[in-house]
Amino acid sequence: MAGRYVSIWFRHLTTDWFSLRDPERRKQPFVLTAPVHGRVTIVAANAVAEARGIHTGMVLADARAVEPTLQALPEKPELANKLLHRLAEWCIRFTPVVAVDSPDGLLLDVSGCAHLWGGETPYLETIVKKLQARHYDVQAAMADTAGVAWGVARFGCAPWVIEPRRHLDRLVVLPPEALRLEADAVARMHKLGLHQIGQLMHVQRTSLRRRFGGHFLQRLGQALGHEEEILESVQPVEAYQERLPCLEPIVTATGIAIALEQLLQTLCQRLQQEQKGLRTAVLKGYRVDGKVEQVAIGTHRPSHNPRHLFKLFETSLPTIEPALGIELFILEAPRVEEHYDHQEKLWEGYGGLDDQRLSELVDRLASRLGTEVIHRYLPDEHYWPERSFRRATSLQEQPTAPWCIGHLRPLQLLAVPERIEVTALTPDHPPMLFRYKGQLHTIVRADGPERIEQEWWLQQGQHRDYYRVEDDAGRRYWLFRLGHYHEKIYQWFIHGFLA
Amino acid sequence: MSAEKADIIAALQREILRLEGFRPGSHAAVDVSLGPFQEAFPNGTFPVGAVHEFLTASMEQGAATSGFMAGLLAPLMGDKGVAIWVSAARRLFPPALQGFGISPDRFIFLDLKKERDVLWAMEEALKCGALAAVVGEVREISFTASRRLQLAVEQSRVTGFVLRHAQRNVGTTACVSRWRITSLASEPEEGLPGLGFPQWKVELLRMRNGKTGVWNIRWEDGTFTPVYTTVQIHEQQQQVG
Repeated sequence: MAGRYVSIWFRHLTTDWFSLRDPERRKQPFVLTAPVHGRVTIVAANAVAEARGIHTGMVLADARAVEPTLQALPEKPELANKLLHRLAEWCIRFTPVVAVDSPDGLLLDVSGCAHLWGGETPYLETIVKKLQARHYDVQAAMADTAGVAWGVARFGCAPWVIEPRRHLDRLVVLPPEALRLEADAVARMHKLGLHQIGQLMHVQRTSLRRRFGGHFLQRLGQALGHEEEILESVQPVEAYQERLPCLEPIVTATGIAIALEQLLQTLCQRLQQEQKGLRTAVLKGYRVDGKVEQVAIGTHRPSHNPRHLFKLFETSLPTIEPALGIELFILEAPRVEEHYDHQEKLWEGYGGLDDQRLSELVDRLASRLGTEVIHRYLPDEHYWPERSFRRATSLQEQPTAPWCIGHLRPLQLLAVPERIEVTALTPDHPPMLFRYKGQLHTIVRADGPERIEQEWWLQQGQHRDYYRVEDDAGRRYWLFRLGHYHEKIYQWFIHGFLA
Repeated sequence: MSAEKADIIAALQREILRLEGFRPGSHAAVDVSLGPFQEAFPNGTFPVGAVHEFLTASMEQGAATSGFMAGLLAPLMGDKGVAIWVSAARRLFPPALQGFGISPDRFIFLDLKKERDVLWAMEEALKCGALAAVVGEVREISFTASRRLQLAVEQSRVTGFVLRHAQRNVGTTACVSRWRITSLASEPEEGLPGLGFPQWKVELLRMRNGKTGVWNIRWEDGTFTPVYTTVQIHEQQQQVG
């Protein structure tokens, strides 16, 4: 199928934006100015000003002579680009491929989109009406090639929808400006008496190339559809994406949930067919007022289970603010991985870390509580107790070293060792008494010392001599002495509680 | 005649347990042998697929309780099982679990901020049949909350442990049992210095469809071994004699 393109031309893009701020300006002649070569020159004029003969490129003083009531404001640099980007994002409700066409237009690849709005003419009318409702003065045309659409939108006349395969008839009557050429090339053509593109068609390509350059031939080829034109979409189209335009704007939570369910069904069906599973998904809701609401989820393993994915979205769905209503839902899966069904069956009921049900549980917990609260630990090759384990990056990650089993460790460990007062025989005897939180413990039995040195490449400091001790009530503690006796700088700490 | 009667009584007791909704554990392979107090449990087996409650009052008691609990978790988790530990103030030192025959990397820890989240996460985890056990550390648990946990395990047959750091105001809960573990002085081997195997006083304060009691127990070579005081040994000898 041949492509269909829409070109939208904003005739007074920047002045329209200024008029939105102050609607009074719409009725008065109004221009934007910028200093050029030391002179204040008009860079944009609104419709009223243009009607009175003021055009861009005029010096402001000259324009004031023509129209004494002329209002002038300094232009905002980059405003046009910013506006176009915002409008392009807004236009994504009509088609996924929207490109910014600087300085004053948008190009839409609408192949296969128009039937959703009941045909091409209503489709184009909807676009124009909606933009006009936002007080932008626009002209738009639809054709088989972006080049012809561009030319007709700016230099053509109604009908704006050019039927498929009829673009050549319209192109031949357009002036050479309609080919998106540099100003001097256009001027040269007019000088040669070439006022219509049709006149150029009969000239030999070699002489055209010699006179007007390769760029001209490329533009002509693009307009005719011989050369492909690639639109650079403002939002790259995700490979795994589902769209759901709504006839009526959705405002209720139930409506959003139903939309999400439908999108998940279709997306998961496709993923299943391709033996893939998604790792992240984003639901976007395009609101009537032009804002985009979105929620995202992530999974620990590729999944194409719509029920599970819906549950993950469920917690964050209430954060979607529908305001006046959502017109279009888009579900994207930016990260997709291989996922085979037979694997799932194999692990079902297995009960290990590979169990699908476990990763689904972890996803559910993460979606409500956040991923940072979920910890799994693997052994790390350090003797220092606080560094003897590290966080695992995934449920499936296997330990690379064995867990240290040589020494019994306390089940309860204080996050920070606490200072205690100790009575002990020097130099290496275990303590006889210690006082912790105001309570005196008499030590009956003790094991130790177990010396653990600092790892000098990580941290400077004293070594620790650990003792496992049991007091007269049968309670067991893990104590340590920091530093040597003879240096008189040692300190005693309690670090944990043994079972 | 008396043997026949005993058989009938045993059969009737089993029938009553069945009617009361007590089902023998589906994990046929799981054998939590607790030695002397096996008979306190309904049907003489440790109830899996139920929620057990442990009371602790101090850090020392907390360590003893987690030790006893780790001893119960080891056979429940087996070689491949996974357990979740939910807590708002966790002090558990993961590498220490290795000493109780559990590979710490098969534990998933949830370190939350609010107690309410702990109960929610626990319930959600208990619903997941892929887990061997779920441990939750809370200060308070209402009857309704414990009821919810109990309902969750009845579907999934996961064993739940509620570790309560509560000194007083211990209200009723829907948990199947209530335990209190206190550490006892260890008994080193003859002639050896230092500490012996960990020993605990295990108080079973409540056991649905079972009996209560107090036992002394030692964790030795990966199993629970009963420890008899001299008075108990004396009593047994008298019974035999």
